[in-house]
Amino acid sequence: MTNKKSKSWNKATSHFQKTLGACLLSSALVGGASEAFAQNFDVEVKSYHVAGQVWVLTGVGGNVTVQIGDEGVLVVDTQYAEMAPKLLAEIERLAPGKIIRYVINTHAHGDHTGGNQIIRDAGETIVAGNEARDVNETFEPGAEVIAHENVMLSMATASNPEIPFDMWPTEVYLGDQYDLYFNDEPIELLYQGRAHTNGDTMVFFRKSDVISTGDIYVTGGYPFIDESNFGHINGIVDGLNQIIRITVPREQQEGGTIVISSHGRLSDEADVVDYRDMITIIRDRVQYMIDQGMSLNEVLAAQPSRDYDGRYGNGFISPEQFITSVYNTLSE
Amino acid sequence: MSFQIKKVFSGLLFGTLIAPVFQAQAGIAGYWAPIFHEDFEERLPGPEAGDYAGLPINDAMRLRGDTWESSLLTVPEHQCKPHPSTYGFRGIGNLRVLEEVDPVSQELIALHTHIEWQAQKRTIWMDGRDHPDEMYPHSWGGFSTGEFVGDTLVVHTTHLKSGWIRRNGMALSDEATLDEFFFLNGDSSVLTHVSIVTDPVYLTEPFVRTNGFEWLTRASMGPYPCRPAIEIDRPVGDIPHWMMGTEEPMAAREEFSERWGIPVEASRGGAETALPEYIDVVRQ
Repeated sequence: MTNKKSKSWNKATSHFQKTLGACLLSSALVGGASEAFAQNFDVEVKSYHVAGQVWVLTGVGGNVTVQIGDEGVLVVDTQYAEMAPKLLAEIERLAPGKIIRYVINTHAHGDHTGGNQIIRDAGETIVAGNEARDVNETFEPGAEVIAHENVMLSMATASNPEIPFDMWPTEVYLGDQYDLYFNDEPIELLYQGRAHTNGDTMVFFRKSDVISTGDIYVTGGYPFIDESNFGHINGIVDGLNQIIRITVPREQQEGGTIVISSHGRLSDEADVVDYRDMITIIRDRVQYMIDQGMSLNEVLAAQPSRDYDGRYGNGFISPEQFITSVYNTLSE
Repeated sequence: MSFQIKKVFSGLLFGTLIAPVFQAQAGIAGYWAPIFHEDFEERLPGPEAGDYAGLPINDAMRLRGDTWESSLLTVPEHQCKPHPSTYGFRGIGNLRVLEEVDPVSQELIALHTHIEWQAQKRTIWMDGRDHPDEMYPHSWGGFSTGEFVGDTLVVHTTHLKSGWIRRNGMALSDEATLDEFFFLNGDSSVLTHVSIVTDPVYLTEPFVRTNGFEWLTRASMGPYPCRPAIEIDRPVGDIPHWMMGTEEPMAAREEFSERWGIPVEASRGGAETALPEYIDVVRQ
C-alpha cells in the first residue's frame, strides 16, 4: 500500500506541476470559498463525546473533531468562516480556559478550512528555540495549522476566489505520515495519496481509539472524487481499507475504534466495511464495463450503482457524478 | 373503617389493578426456545440463492440479491457479524430476556435480550426516553424503546446497521426501522413475536413476519466468542460479488425455481408474491 501511495503521490505531483498555471476547476471548493454555495449558517453547533479525549462538533460543513486535554485543544477541520465563532464558543464550553494549540486540515476544501483563520487566531503555538526566528512583528502564529503539502499547494494556487494567506496551513508535511504527541496521546496524521483529493489526511487518536477520516468516508452519500484536485477512486478504496486495517471492533463486530466521518454519523468498523464493500463493488463493475469497451455514456446507461442509489444517491454527489468520476479515474 | 384497614384495602385494590401488568412483564422475562415450525426451510437449512419469494422488495434489492456471493462471509471483517435485530429473533439459539429495574422504585428501566448465536445483545428501553438524533452510532440491535399496551410488549427500533432480512443477499439498509409486538399465548408458555420491517431503500411496503418461542423452565446461556481468521487468502480489499449483468449468477438463481417447480417470476419476489391469491398466478 505504501508503494502504491508513493507512486500515486509522484504522479500527482508531476501532474500538478504540469497544470499549475491552469489552476483548479474546483477552486471554488478550496479554501474559504463559502460564497460559492448558498449555505444557511443559522445552524446550531452541537457537540458529542466520542471516546477518550475526543469530541465531534457538527454545524455546517464537515464534522469538526476536537481533542481536549491538559495541554490544550487540537481541532481537526474548521468548517466555514461563518461557523467558526460558534465552533469557538462550543470549544470554550467544552474546555473552558484551554488554549487551541493545533488545527489539522484533512484537505483543502472550504467546508473544512473556511474557519482556519478565525480558529487559528484564537489559539497560540508555543514557539521557542530554533522556531523562534519564524515569529516577527508581522507574523502572529496563533495555533499551528497542519496539513499535507498538497493542501497548501491547492490553497496557494486557488484563484476563484484567491485564498487569503492567513487561511493557509502554517506547517505542512510530505510522505505518508506525520506524528504528534499531544495531551498524553499519540496522534497519527495518515496521508492517503490520490483519494478524495491529492491532499487527504486521516487523523488517528491512538489512546482515545478514534479515527477522523476527512472526506474519505461519508455516511450520507457517495464520496466526492475531486478530479480537479487529483482525486481517484482507487485512493478512496485504499483509504477505506486503511480505516478497516486500523479499527479494531469489540465483540460481534461492533463498537471498539470509533470512526468520525466528515459528513454524517459516528461509525464503527462494520459501518465502514459496509461502505467499503459498496464502493468496491461499484468500482469493480465500472472497471468490468471499461474492460468490455463500454463508453462513459454506455456505462451511465447501465446504472452500475442502481442497487445503492436509494441509499447513497441523494447526497451531495449524484449517482451520475459518482459513476463519471469512477469511470474517468479508472480510465487514466 | 379504621385508617389502617383503609390503607390495606386500598393496597389490595391497587395490587389487583396493576397485577396483570407486572404479570405480563414477568411472563416475558426468562428463557425461551425458538419454535421452528414456521418457515423452517429458510430459518434452519437457510434460504437458497435466488429465493426472494414472498418478500416485498424492489428492483434495487433484486440486484443486491443477484450479485450477492456467499463467499463474502469468509472475509474476516464479515465473519463475526451477528444477525441484526430484524432477523435475529428468527435465528437459532435460545432467547433470554432480563429485566433491569430501578433498585429503589422497582420501576422497569429496560429489557435486555440475548440470543445465543453470535451473542446477539439488545436493550429495549422501557423508561420513556426519546430516540437519539442522527449522529448516534447505529448497531446490530438498533436503538429500541418499548411499552406494554395491555399485555402486549410494543417495541420501536431505529439506528440499525445495514444488514439483511434474508440470508441470501436480501439486504437491509441503515435507514430501516423495526416495529415489534410480543405477547403470550394460552398458558403463557408460548411467546409470539411479530416483526414489521420498514425500509425505504429496499422494500415497497412493510415486511411482516411472525415466529414463536417456547418457555424454558430450566436453561442457561452459553458464551459465543468469535475471532475472525483468514479462511481464503485474498488481496486486501477484494470483495466477493457476482458481476452484474453476467449469466453465471442468474443461472444459479434460476436453479431455485427449477428445483421447486415454481415460475421464475414468483421467485423474484415483490409484494404480490406474499399474498395467498398469488398462488393463482403461479398455477396459471
